Amino acid sequence: MLYALLIYQAEDVLDNYSEADQNTALAGHRALQKKTKAVGHFVEANQLLPSSSATTVRVRNGKTSVTDGPFTETKELLIGLYVFDCETLDEAIEYATQIPHSETGAIEVRPIAYFESEKGPAN
Amino acid sequence: MNRLEIVLKAAYPRARATLVRLLGDFDQAEDALQEAAARAIRSWPERGMPDNPVAWLIRTGRNHMIDVIRHRAVEKQHATSFAILADQGDPHADDAIAGAPIDDDLLRLVFTCCHPALTSEGQIALTLKTVAGLTVEEIGRSFLVSPSTMEKRLTRAKAKIRQDRIPYEVPAQAQLPARLDAALAVVYLIFNEGYKASHGPDLMRPRLCGEAIRLGRILARAFRDPPEVTGLLALMLLQHSRATARIDADGEIVPLDDQDRMLWNRELIVEGQSLVEKSLRRGQPGSYQIQAAIAAVHAQATKPAETDWAQIAILYRQLEHYQPSPVITLNRAVAVARSEGPAAGIALLQTIEGLPSMQAYHHFHGARAALLLEEDRPAEAKLAFERALSLTKNDRERAFLEKRIKNLK
Repeated sequence: MLYALLIYQAEDVLDNYSEADQNTALAGHRALQKKTKAVGHFVEANQLLPSSSATTVRVRNGKTSVTDGPFTETKELLIGLYVFDCETLDEAIEYATQIPHSETGAIEVRPIAYFESEKGPAN
Repeated sequence: MNRLEIVLKAAYPRARATLVRLLGDFDQAEDALQEAAARAIRSWPERGMPDNPVAWLIRTGRNHMIDVIRHRAVEKQHATSFAILADQGDPHADDAIAGAPIDDDLLRLVFTCCHPALTSEGQIALTLKTVAGLTVEEIGRSFLVSPSTMEKRLTRAKAKIRQDRIPYEVPAQAQLPARLDAALAVVYLIFNEGYKASHGPDLMRPRLCGEAIRLGRILARAFRDPPEVTGLLALMLLQHSRATARIDADGEIVPLDDQDRMLWNRELIVEGQSLVEKSLRRGQPGSYQIQAAIAAVHAQATKPAETDWAQIAILYRQLEHYQPSPVITLNRAVAVARSEGPAAGIALLQTIEGLPSMQAYHHFHGARAALLLEEDRPAEAKLAFERALSLTKNDRERAFLEKRIKNLK
């Protein structure tokens, strides 16, 4: 069984991280990844860029609506996720409109932070 | 402004648009343009003006940035900078500088600035800064925010473009209708910001209207006059034709009925009317075209009594179809009342009376009161005027309503 562990955190907590806080968090992520890789449990980990980079896509009656910002309704719950490697945001939006749930729910598109040395969470 | 400044200013938007594409970054394009402009001011008076000032600015700006990047690359041994340099070897780059694709770049710029993934504030600020070439101070002044606040909005918008990789492209065919709608919405927001009356003389407001009209023309030309684009352009021209008449000496809005129609700009009206006809003949009506048609009917009447209210009522009914909203129904009720009598208008108002948004809307009660009075139902009219009075925050309207209530006693 694959399990997705979704990380929630108030953004101002991250904004106020000192360098020491960041290093502690980073060490924690690294330790967990090392441990899970060793036992073959690690699949993928990503850090999302801040919510200001988010775009929400909905399709209603065949019409696509793209709005700035993260998905903020509280009634709908996270039911799954895709990761696509796209050239541009427009490509990602185009795929978002093809996810069936875009017609009844919403798809939040968030760029994943990319690190030149490694792909994965840095703080 | 001397001739050199005029030529430079006219060349900026297109030069900037192509530089953004060549350099792949808004801030670098701006730096490149500034440098090119500084060089133009130094060298054009001596050597004469180039045949193609836009191409001159692009070439000079790009070469300057290549020097800067090369310099940085040498200094820092920064591998990624070479990728940018390699990009400059594009054999088509000179074609892009020379000819028509520059117009495509201006469109790319419009669509990137109006991308729906940006906040509305960000879209407007970026469009005014990069497409219209307004300064941060000017944009801030026209939106009544400080230059530093405006600078932050621009920085956030540019950061999102970079982070999210919002493409510098005219959208693909499948996305184009929705994206064109988004661009039109930005253009109309800019226009309305300029159209809103503000206290005191501020030259920035008319300038925003002018820039919005210019943007409308760019889009209309680029896409060969799609009906809604032409409709929006017509709507802006017709509204703008009343600019002088609709603000009094105190900076207050003058209602349509009270405007001195001799002050309306005939030239703008004629152009607006012909554009409305042209777009409606295409048989794809939409909300901008219909709003423009309503404005055109008003423009036809040389005095308020000559207004073709029956036609306006029909147009509002069509507008409701494209853009259902109780405010439009309210406008239709007023038009119906003027053409068929107050009873018909009051009946129509009853269909939206129960909506909380209308109960809280002073114009609803004010309009209803006026119709009730015409129907000789003064007691009900007085109650409705009082309701309107309790909801309005505008001093002038308050005074007007108080007077009407007093007359009913």
